[in-house]
Amino acid sequence: MSDAGKPTAPPRPAGRAAMKKELPDHFKAYRHVWVFVEYEHGAIHPVSLELLGEGRKLADKLGAELAGVLLGEDRAALLPEIATVCEYGADLVYLVAQPILAHYRNEPFTRAMTDLVNTYKPEIVLLGATVLGRDLAGSVATTLQTGLTADCTELAIDDERSLAATRPTFGGSLLCTIHTLNYRPQMATVRPRVMPMPPRVPGRTGRVIEHPLDLREEDVVTKVLRFLPDRDSTKSQLAYADIVVAGGLGLRSPENLQLVRNLADVLGGDWGGSRPLVQKGWMSSDRQIGQTGKTIRPKLYIAAGISGAIQHRVGVEGADLIVAINTDPHAPIFDFAHIGIIADATEILPALTEAFRKRLTVNRLAG
Amino acid sequence: MHIVVCIKQVPDSAQIRVHPVTNTIMRQGVPTIVNPYDLFALEAALRLRDQFGATVTVLTMGPPMAEDTLRKALGFGADRGVLLTDRAFAGSDTLATSYSQAILRIGALWGAPEIVFTGKQTIDGDTAQVGPGIARRLGLNQVTYVAAITDLDTVAGTIALTRRAEGGVQELATRLPVLVTMLEGSNDVRRGSLPDVLRAARAEIQVWSAADAGIADMTKTGLRGSPTVVKRVFAPPARAEKAERVEVPGGSPNELAEALIGRIYAHKPALEADLLRTAAIGY
Repeated sequence: MSDAGKPTAPPRPAGRAAMKKELPDHFKAYRHVWVFVEYEHGAIHPVSLELLGEGRKLADKLGAELAGVLLGEDRAALLPEIATVCEYGADLVYLVAQPILAHYRNEPFTRAMTDLVNTYKPEIVLLGATVLGRDLAGSVATTLQTGLTADCTELAIDDERSLAATRPTFGGSLLCTIHTLNYRPQMATVRPRVMPMPPRVPGRTGRVIEHPLDLREEDVVTKVLRFLPDRDSTKSQLAYADIVVAGGLGLRSPENLQLVRNLADVLGGDWGGSRPLVQKGWMSSDRQIGQTGKTIRPKLYIAAGISGAIQHRVGVEGADLIVAINTDPHAPIFDFAHIGIIADATEILPALTEAFRKRLTVNRLAG
Repeated sequence: MHIVVCIKQVPDSAQIRVHPVTNTIMRQGVPTIVNPYDLFALEAALRLRDQFGATVTVLTMGPPMAEDTLRKALGFGADRGVLLTDRAFAGSDTLATSYSQAILRIGALWGAPEIVFTGKQTIDGDTAQVGPGIARRLGLNQVTYVAAITDLDTVAGTIALTRRAEGGVQELATRLPVLVTMLEGSNDVRRGSLPDVLRAARAEIQVWSAADAGIADMTKTGLRGSPTVVKRVFAPPARAEKAERVEVPGGSPNELAEALIGRIYAHKPALEADLLRTAAIGY
C-alpha cells in the first residue's frame, strides 16, 4: 500500500510545546467565549461585529455561549447597541454603564474588564486589534496574568478545547500557532477586516447581565481634556474599499505610483502599496497594505509589482479576486493570486487603465 | 528627573529569508538594528532632558551582542546603559516581567524613574503589549500611542500628552510616574554629536544577570514563566491551484490588458455591472 494518500503526521513539537497540558483546577470552571465590543463616540467599531462572527464559530465548536461585553457611559444609549450585538450572534451581553466610562481610558476600562472576567470566568476573550483594543488587551492580560496573542489571522479550537491562535511572525515571513496552556482566559486580538462580517439576524435577542463598577472619578488619575476627531476620514476607507489597486517595488520609482492611482480612479476604487514603499518613503504608512498596515477584503484586488511576502499575503487573502502583475514567474504572489500576468507592471497598468476607461465610458454614453 | 527608555535589538525583518525547501528561517547573516519604533521613544526622552534636565537610562534585554544597541543609544546622547542578559530569559514571550524587575533595580540604584518610555511596538513581535505590561506591573499610569508631550511639571508631578485614539486624538492629563509608548513619526530622531559618539564607544555598560536585576523567581520569567507557547511555526501553504496565467504570445500590453479584463469578468461576472454602476455615478 502506498503512503501517498495518508495524511502526514504533524512534526513533533519540540521542547515545552510538547509538555502535557494540565489546566489548574481553578481554571476548569472558565467557560464561554467573550467579545469585547468596542463602543466609542456613539458607534460600535465594525471589527467587534466581525469578531462576533468569529466568536460564534468558536462558541459553537465548544458547545459554549457567546457573550458581548459593552462598556459605556449611558445605559439608555447602549440599549440599541445591545440589540445589535445579539443580532450579530451574541447569546448574552455583559453591560457596564457608568459615567466614568464615557471616554476610553485605560484605567477604568481595564478595571471593568478584569472585574467581569474574575466574576463570570470566560475561557476565551477576543478584542479588536485597534488602538483602543491593543491598549486594553495588554493591560487586562497583564492584570489577569494570562496569555495574549496579538494580531491573529486565524482562530481555531483544537482537540483539547484549547484556542489555537495563528499569527504572522518573524516580520511576516512565517506563521506561528500559539496556545495559552495553563492560564485562563485565553486572550487574542484580531485586526479589522481580517475576519468576514457575519450576517445580521434581525430580531435575534439575548440576555443582558448588568454589572456594577466600583470606581469613582476621583480615583482615576488620567483625565481626558479634549477629543479632536480626525478631519480626513477618507484615509481610513482603504480597508473597506470594494476595488483596491496596489503597487510594490516592481514599480521601480515613486513617480510610477501615479499609474496605480490612475487605475484605481478609473475603477472607482482605492489605492495602496506594500511595506517596502513605506520604508523607502514613497508613500505614507496609512496606505500600507499587509500585516502591519491595512487588511483589505475587496471584490477585486490588483497587485502590481508586489512579490507577495507573507506579511502582505495575510492582509489581502480576504479579497474575492486577486490579480497579480509581476515580472518574476516565481514570485510568491502567484501562489495565492487567482489570476496572474508575468509582465512589467509599469507597462500593463497604463494599458489596463485605458482599456477599462474605454469600456466603462462607452457604456456610460450608450446608457 | 530620571527617565528610563526600554529599547530592543531586533533582526532587520526586511532581510529575513525563509529557506525555500525546508521552510525554516535563515537567521544567519541577518543584521540587527535598534527596533525603529524605540528610536522615537529615545528621542522623546532626550528632548525632555534637554528641556527640563534629567538623567536618561537606557535598558535593553537580549544576548550579549545587544550591547551594540545600548552603545548606539549612548551615541545619541543617553547617559547610562543597562543590558539584561541571561540564558534563563530565552524563549520569553513578552519581556514585560523582566523589564519591570530591572526598572525596579535601576530605581533602587539611581532613583525611581518619573517616566518610562517604550516604542509603540517591536517589528519582530508586533504585539504592542510590553509597554502596558510594564505599566501594570510597576503601577505606573499608562499612556500609549503618544504623539506629543505637551506639558510637564516635575514639581507638581503632572504631565499632559496627546495620544492617537480611534478616529481622532485625545488630549490627556495624568500624574507621574507614567509609562509612555511613543507613536512613530512623533519626532525626528537626532544624529548623535561627535562627543557623544566618542563617549559611547568607551562608556561602561552595566551588564546584569537575572540575579543582578533582583529577579529571584525564575518561574515568572523566561521559558517557564510565559503563559503562551508557540506550538508550530510554518509557511502558509500555496493555494491548491496556482494563479491562472493570462498570456498573449507576442501580444502588446494593450492586448494583454484586454485579455486580462476578459478573464477578470469571466471569474466574477458581477464585477462588470458593479464597475459600470460606480463609473456611472463617479464620472
